[in-house]
Amino acid sequence: MLAAKYCIAERMETIQNKIEGPVTDELTLVRAAKQGDDSAFEELVRRYDRNVFRIAQHITQNREDAEDVVQEAFLKAYGNLQKFQEQSKFYTWLVRIAVNEALMKLRRKKPERTVSLDEDIKTEDDSLPREIADWSPNPEQQYTQAELREILSKTIQGLPPGFRTVFVLRDVEGLSTEETAAALELSVPAVKSRLLRARLQLRERLGRYFQKRESGDGNQ
Amino acid sequence: MKCSEFLHELTNYLDGVIDQNTKIELENHLSWCHNCYVVCDTTKKTIEIYRDSQLYELPEDLRSRLRSAIMTKCQQHKKRGPESV
Repeated sequence: MLAAKYCIAERMETIQNKIEGPVTDELTLVRAAKQGDDSAFEELVRRYDRNVFRIAQHITQNREDAEDVVQEAFLKAYGNLQKFQEQSKFYTWLVRIAVNEALMKLRRKKPERTVSLDEDIKTEDDSLPREIADWSPNPEQQYTQAELREILSKTIQGLPPGFRTVFVLRDVEGLSTEETAAALELSVPAVKSRLLRARLQLRERLGRYFQKRESGDGNQ
Repeated sequence: MKCSEFLHELTNYLDGVIDQNTKIELENHLSWCHNCYVVCDTTKKTIEIYRDSQLYELPEDLRSRLRSAIMTKCQQHKKRGPESV
């Protein structure tokens, strides 16, 4: 039991960056694209389109909007490539463009609310979990793939945009805390604070589906 | 260590970015505080489930349509000049 407890942090370290391909090639492609080599830019699209799509759909929660964001983000990156000063990774710069495009989509859809990354700052007290019920050993196996995706999608939709954006960049896409801060133009402590609250809120909401059943019938 | 202090360090602990002394204190707390153990373990599972979920994967057919549309727009942009984005 204790050994299992101590393994939590170690197992987390196996969760690594989702981006495929050697990072060193990225700069070569960017420089070639800056010189007018469109096939190099197309390779950058091929490398990052899935990541940008995932981020966009997580933020907008709408597939058509996510498709638009992918196109607009890459087109903006292409048009502004000469302004990219190579002080960060191209991918971090691209993510910043995509997040801004996605937030703009949300603002257009919800004009009654100002959607920004700063809207949901609350006191530290709200991060204390209220529900401490344990989960089943393999909760995801209680559901089909489609059911699980529906649960995860519905659950993350309930988070404020500022929280889910930080969670997606940091925990789903595997950006470092510093890269997430750079992409969102937030401080590192702000990213950490939102990440903690996003993780705890998602944990609490998922608990409604994944809680250990007292009756042992395995159903909700 | 109090539970609130444990929670304050939870993100750093799960991300493996804490010093050795703090890690020992946290793990000592985990060894007797069941609530914090459950919160820590289920938070870790939350991250793993989202990470492994393949939520919002881009289907290959849509992917090639999008790529083709992007490159067409890039070509148009190149012809029109830098003010068009």
